[in-house]
Amino acid sequence: MTIEELCERQQKELERQASLRRRIACCTAAGCMSCGADSVRRAVKAEIEARGLANEVEVCGTGCMGLCSRGVLVRTSDDGSLWGQVTAADAAALVSEQPAASAELAARRIDTNAAFFTRQLRIVLANSGVADPERLDDYIATGGYQALAKALSEMTPEEVIAEVRRSGLRGRGGAGYPTALKWELVAKQKSTPKYVICNADEGDPGAFMDRSVLEGDPHRVLEGMAIAGYAVGAQQGFIYVRGEYTLAIQRLQTAIRQAEREQLLGNRIFGDNFQFRIDLRIGAGAFVCGEETALIASIEGKRGQPRQRPPYPPESGLWGQPTLINNVETFANIAPIIRNGGDWFARIGTPTSTGTKVFALAGKIANTGLIEVPMGISLREIVFDIGGGVPGGRFKAAQTGGPSGGCIPAEYLDTPVDYESLAAIGSIMGSGGLIIMDDQSSMVDVARFFMEFCMEESCGKCIPCRAGTVQMHDILSRLLRGEATRLDLEMLERLATLLKETSLCGLGITAPNPVISTLKYFRHEYEALLAGAAQEKCHERQDADH
Amino acid sequence: MPDSTTAAPPSVRDNREKMLERAMSRHQYSGDALIEVLHAAQELYGYLSPPLLRMIARKLKLPPSRVLGVATFYHFFSLKPKGEHFFQVCTGTACYVAGAPALIEVLERRCCKSGATSPDGKVTVQAVRCIGSCGLAPAVIYDGRILARVTPDQLNQELDRIGVP
Repeated sequence: MTIEELCERQQKELERQASLRRRIACCTAAGCMSCGADSVRRAVKAEIEARGLANEVEVCGTGCMGLCSRGVLVRTSDDGSLWGQVTAADAAALVSEQPAASAELAARRIDTNAAFFTRQLRIVLANSGVADPERLDDYIATGGYQALAKALSEMTPEEVIAEVRRSGLRGRGGAGYPTALKWELVAKQKSTPKYVICNADEGDPGAFMDRSVLEGDPHRVLEGMAIAGYAVGAQQGFIYVRGEYTLAIQRLQTAIRQAEREQLLGNRIFGDNFQFRIDLRIGAGAFVCGEETALIASIEGKRGQPRQRPPYPPESGLWGQPTLINNVETFANIAPIIRNGGDWFARIGTPTSTGTKVFALAGKIANTGLIEVPMGISLREIVFDIGGGVPGGRFKAAQTGGPSGGCIPAEYLDTPVDYESLAAIGSIMGSGGLIIMDDQSSMVDVARFFMEFCMEESCGKCIPCRAGTVQMHDILSRLLRGEATRLDLEMLERLATLLKETSLCGLGITAPNPVISTLKYFRHEYEALLAGAAQEKCHERQDADH
Repeated sequence: MPDSTTAAPPSVRDNREKMLERAMSRHQYSGDALIEVLHAAQELYGYLSPPLLRMIARKLKLPPSRVLGVATFYHFFSLKPKGEHFFQVCTGTACYVAGAPALIEVLERRCCKSGATSPDGKVTVQAVRCIGSCGLAPAVIYDGRILARVTPDQLNQELDRIGVP
């Protein structure tokens, strides 16, 4: 495809969509799929055919619409209405002239002027819930692959990196390393071949942002990777995706096939001398493979064990070659940055944390689902305005960053969500899992839950992590059984420091974080569980009675 | 192949061997593709038996220790056959907070420990890492289908239905 043909196809698809009376977009992300989205889509399709409306009304699947707790979600394009808990029985109403005329369906209309929608800013998720992830033309209609065309035809690789630097984009995998710096490091290397890897081994429990992006807008990730390949001088990309994400894998395979057929990937992209191929690598269930050196080992067909760094992957990565590794969400930001310019992106968010962040809201919160917010928004706005608050309970803590993160208590609800502020209060941005706990959740139990996770996922290569997580888990379990003493608590703190300072990779280094942060903010819960604590209280009460 | 694994009829067995062979040749019998080959083998045979692992090691020219090391490192690979029914209970944070431990308790009490198959070969129970369907917590994947907001009662009913004592 040439650039002119790309623009022509965009025009044609936009005209085609405009000629329709209504496009019925049915959320077909994993959440809605398990609520029966497929049968809804089939029923609507059958209804359209039965009424002979194929020229006026169209049904399509889309990526995540966000409000997963109200699935199956359906959007009707003519007035932009969003309908919740849709079933196959609603097909006739959805296709009819006035969907809202059906009282039954009207009762399930979702107010799109609610804070859940208006407080969000969608860049990464711009097409999720709008475009059909299985149709290339849908992506092209939204301006897809024009960033790649622009980079190849108007910019040098250095200019692409400069644009990314201007945007201030930082790695969305959690650590927040400046993306442009990483790209520069790889671009500087003389050795070839070079590789681009997209880390889609999203393993934090309670995090499903990357899955939603891959399911909802796979072409966006491919385009971002191709631009990265051009910028750093790589011709081969890999997407390392979790084996559990079957739907994301299917959609990626479809997208890669479509892009290759239209020469948006492969040889001579846009007639330019640039070639770039993307292959999928399916993970086999190991959390540690989210660590970059372990991920590389896994792509090489080995046990996913991390190795000592340096050398870092930009110098010596996959098969010892220079390798760029970025997270799904990072790549998803690239195309809009190239299309709209780095300055546009830098104006969003805070000066040090630019752009938006996708969060997966879960736990004890009214609106569970997927949200994208500008950096710098406060946790309170996320939890109470967008999330709709804690149903039937009191907010106790927000857990960010999964097993590597920390718990944020109510007094820090006004903390702005950016890399530095979250680190300052002992948590991390993490990849975007945000789990809300109410006053019924025991923080010691939560800490034990994460420690158990790290214990099971430790790869066993270095001793502090392999043995330390077992010991810490043991102490936490004894605490919960009321068998631990004050000495155990001291040991727990000593072990936490030890793991942090001596483990080989990020898994072990961050494993104590949930313990450290809950000890910091909820120490009284630990104290109350100490053996003898109950007796002490009993004595106090007796003293008070006398 | 004489050391083929299960009691499937010969025609099916031949076909599976051919398909595994094709998967290996697609990767030019490269040792780097071990994980892809193991994925393909497990999909075809349901689990990875020792003879199957030995055969893969020979074909990919890898030491059997390396193949066993990789197969046991990743949770996804199973070295034992699965039961007739497969319950995977999500133990991600959201599901955990929403009551996954009670679901595991039901399955462990009536069937077998998590990670094992019941002695009668009827049910395999597994506690799995976050499946990313946190809006549906607590979630259970039952024979490949996601069940949303599962209660212990619902599980008990399903176990009654499939005849678990």
